[in-house]
Amino acid sequence: MTDDVLVTVDDIKVHFPIKRGVLLDRTVGHVYAVDGVSLQVRRGETYGLVGESGCGKTTLGRALLRLVEPTGGSVVFDGTDVSTLKGEDLRRMRRRMQMVFQDPMSSLDPRQSVESLLVEGMRAHGLDKGKQATHQRLKELLAAVGLPESALRKYPHEFSGGQRQRIGIARALAVEPDLIVADEPVSALDVSVQAQVLNLLEELQDEFGLTYLVVAHDLAVVRHISDRIGVMYLGSLVEEAGSDELYERPMHPYTKALLSAIPVPDPEVEDTREQILLTGDLPSPANPPSGCRFHTRCPWRQPARCDTERPPLREVGSGHRVACHYAEEILAGTITPHEVEPELAQS
Amino acid sequence: MALLEVRDLSVVFRRKGEEPTIAVDGISFDVEPGQTVGLVGESGCGKSVTSLAIMGLLPSRGVDVSGSVSFEGTELLHLSQRRLDERRGRDLGMVFQDPLSSLNPVVPIGVQIAEVLQRHRELSRKQARSEAAELLNRVGIPDPARRLDEYPHQLSGGMRQRALIAIALACRPRLLIADEPTTALDVTIQAQILNLLTELVADTDTALIMITHDLGVVAGLCDEVNVMYGGRIVERAERHALFTAPRHPYTNGLLESIPRLDAPRGERLVPIRGSVVDNIPWADGCAFAPRCPNAIEPCWSVTPALVADDGRMLRCHNPVEVPVTAGEGVR
Repeated sequence: MTDDVLVTVDDIKVHFPIKRGVLLDRTVGHVYAVDGVSLQVRRGETYGLVGESGCGKTTLGRALLRLVEPTGGSVVFDGTDVSTLKGEDLRRMRRRMQMVFQDPMSSLDPRQSVESLLVEGMRAHGLDKGKQATHQRLKELLAAVGLPESALRKYPHEFSGGQRQRIGIARALAVEPDLIVADEPVSALDVSVQAQVLNLLEELQDEFGLTYLVVAHDLAVVRHISDRIGVMYLGSLVEEAGSDELYERPMHPYTKALLSAIPVPDPEVEDTREQILLTGDLPSPANPPSGCRFHTRCPWRQPARCDTERPPLREVGSGHRVACHYAEEILAGTITPHEVEPELAQS
Repeated sequence: MALLEVRDLSVVFRRKGEEPTIAVDGISFDVEPGQTVGLVGESGCGKSVTSLAIMGLLPSRGVDVSGSVSFEGTELLHLSQRRLDERRGRDLGMVFQDPLSSLNPVVPIGVQIAEVLQRHRELSRKQARSEAAELLNRVGIPDPARRLDEYPHQLSGGMRQRALIAIALACRPRLLIADEPTTALDVTIQAQILNLLTELVADTDTALIMITHDLGVVAGLCDEVNVMYGGRIVERAERHALFTAPRHPYTNGLLESIPRLDAPRGERLVPIRGSVVDNIPWADGCAFAPRCPNAIEPCWSVTPALVADDGRMLRCHNPVEVPVTAGEGVR
C-alpha cells in the first residue's frame, strides 16, 4: 500500500523571466528557480524538501499545486496530469491538494472570522451540506487541531502564532484533501510552540491518512517528520533518500556540509564533531554555474568533469538517489576534500 | 572584578493609558574578560531589551531603566551621552540580527568601517581606509579592496553580517554583544559566521554576550548560559552542566521540544503547553507556572528566588530531578 504513488513530478521546470525596459518589456534572462526536478510522493508518507533560501523549494511546492505555472515538465496527481488541467477541472482537483503557509498572520484574512475562513473552502467545493452538518464538521475540525469551539467567532488577531497556524491547518483540512503541501509550517513559531504544531501534523496524518510534502530549511525539523527527504540546491534535487539513510549515509557533498552545519543542542557533540565549512555564497539562480551547480563551493570538486558535465540524479542504493559524479568515491574515501577559494556571487 | 557587572537591571516600557510593560525584571549577571556568555529565551523574554539597555540604546522617553550596569568599574547607565559615545564602538561593540537594516544603505561599506576608526582611533582617512580593507580581509571577505566601495545592497546576507562584525571589531572592543547574529542567515552561512566569531573573540580576548533563541548555537559557543523567561533569569549554568542536566522545567521543556538531528527518529517531541504571554506576572507566584508540568502549590503564590544550587543558579520551587544514571550520579 505504501508503494502506491500519489504524486509524480517529472522534470518540472519553473523559470521566471527577468524583464527590463518600460516600453518593449524585453526578457533579458531567466531565474532558474526550479530546473528539472523529478520525484514521487507515495500515498500516506511525508516527503520533506530541504535547502537553503533561494534553492527553489518553495517554488517547487507551489508549482505542484499550480499556484505558479510550471515552464515545463509534468505533475501527475493520482493518475491525472495536473499540468494540463484547466478551469473547473483544475478547481476541483485543488480540493484534493491543499497548502499550509509559513506566516499564519498574512495567510489568514484579518477581517474574516475563523468560522467564515473554514466554511469558505467547504462552500466553494460543495461540502457545505446544511447548517447542522456544517456545524458538526466545524466542531470536528477545531477538535482535530486542538482549538476550543469558542474560536469560531473570533478573528485571527485574537490568537497566538501557534494557534493561528492551527487555524491554517484546519482550513486546509476542511475540504478533506489527500495531499497537504506545508511550506515552512513552523519556522515562524517559537521553539516551544513548534513542537506542538509538529506533533499535531503527525497526529492528523495518522487520523486522516494524509500525504504531506513539507518544505523547510531546518533539516532537524524535516528529518523529524519526514519519511523521505529531498535535498535541493539551486533549483535541482541533489540527493534523495529515506530520513535515516540520509542522516547516516549522506553521499552528496552538499548534504554532508548541510548536516555538519546544523548546531546540535549538546555540548559534547558540538565540541567533537567535524564541520565541513562551505566557503562563499550561494550563486545566483539567474546565472547558475556550469556543470554541477555545486562545484563552485564543493570541497571534493575534481578537475574537468565537475564544471562541465551536469550530474544526473542517479540511483545508488534502494531509494537513495544522488546527483554527484563521485558519490561512491567520496563515500569510500578515495577522494579527499580540499580547500576552496571563496568565489563571490555576482548579483 | 568582572569586566561587565549587571545588577538588578530592569526595563519598564510605559505607554499612555496602558499598563506598563515590564520587559526586563531585575536581572544580574557578570561577564569576565574573554568569556562568552549566552542569553537564551523565546521571543518576548527580554533578552534583546537587556542588550539594548547595556548599550544605552533604548529611547529615553517612555522607558524606565533601573539597576546598574558597570563596565570596568564605570557605571554605564548614568553616563552622559558624550561619554557613552566615546565608549560605544571603542570598548563596546554590537552586532545586530538584520545586517541590512543596521548598515546605512547609501554609504559604501568602506566608509562605514573607516568612520569608526577615524572617530575612535583617530586615524587619518587614508590610514582608516587601508585598515578597513585589512578588517574586511580578516572577517573573510574576498577581494576587500574592491568591496570597500560597494554598498550594502551589493553584498549577500552573509557578507553583510561579516561587514557588520568588521565594524563592531574595528576598535578591538573589550566586549562584543551579538544579538541573534545568525538568525537571518542560512545554516551553511551561519556555520561560517559562528566560526568567525569564535575565532575573532579568541584571538583578541574579547568577551562576548551571545543573544539567541537557538540552543544549538549556545551549546557549541558559550562558556556560561543564562536562560531567560518573562524578563528574568530562570537558570544559569556552565554549558555542559546545563545541557546534560537541565534543572529548570523551562530549560528542560525547551530541550525536549526541539527536534534534534542526532536523535533517533520516531521519538515524539514533548512540547511546552500554552505559549508565551505578554507582561508575565512574577509578583504572585512563578511566571512559568501556567505552562509548567512540575508546578506545585507554592508556584502559584510564592515568587521563586534565583538561588545557588550545586554550581548553578536556579529559580524554581520544584526543579527537574537530576537523572541518577548520569555519570556523577553518586551524589
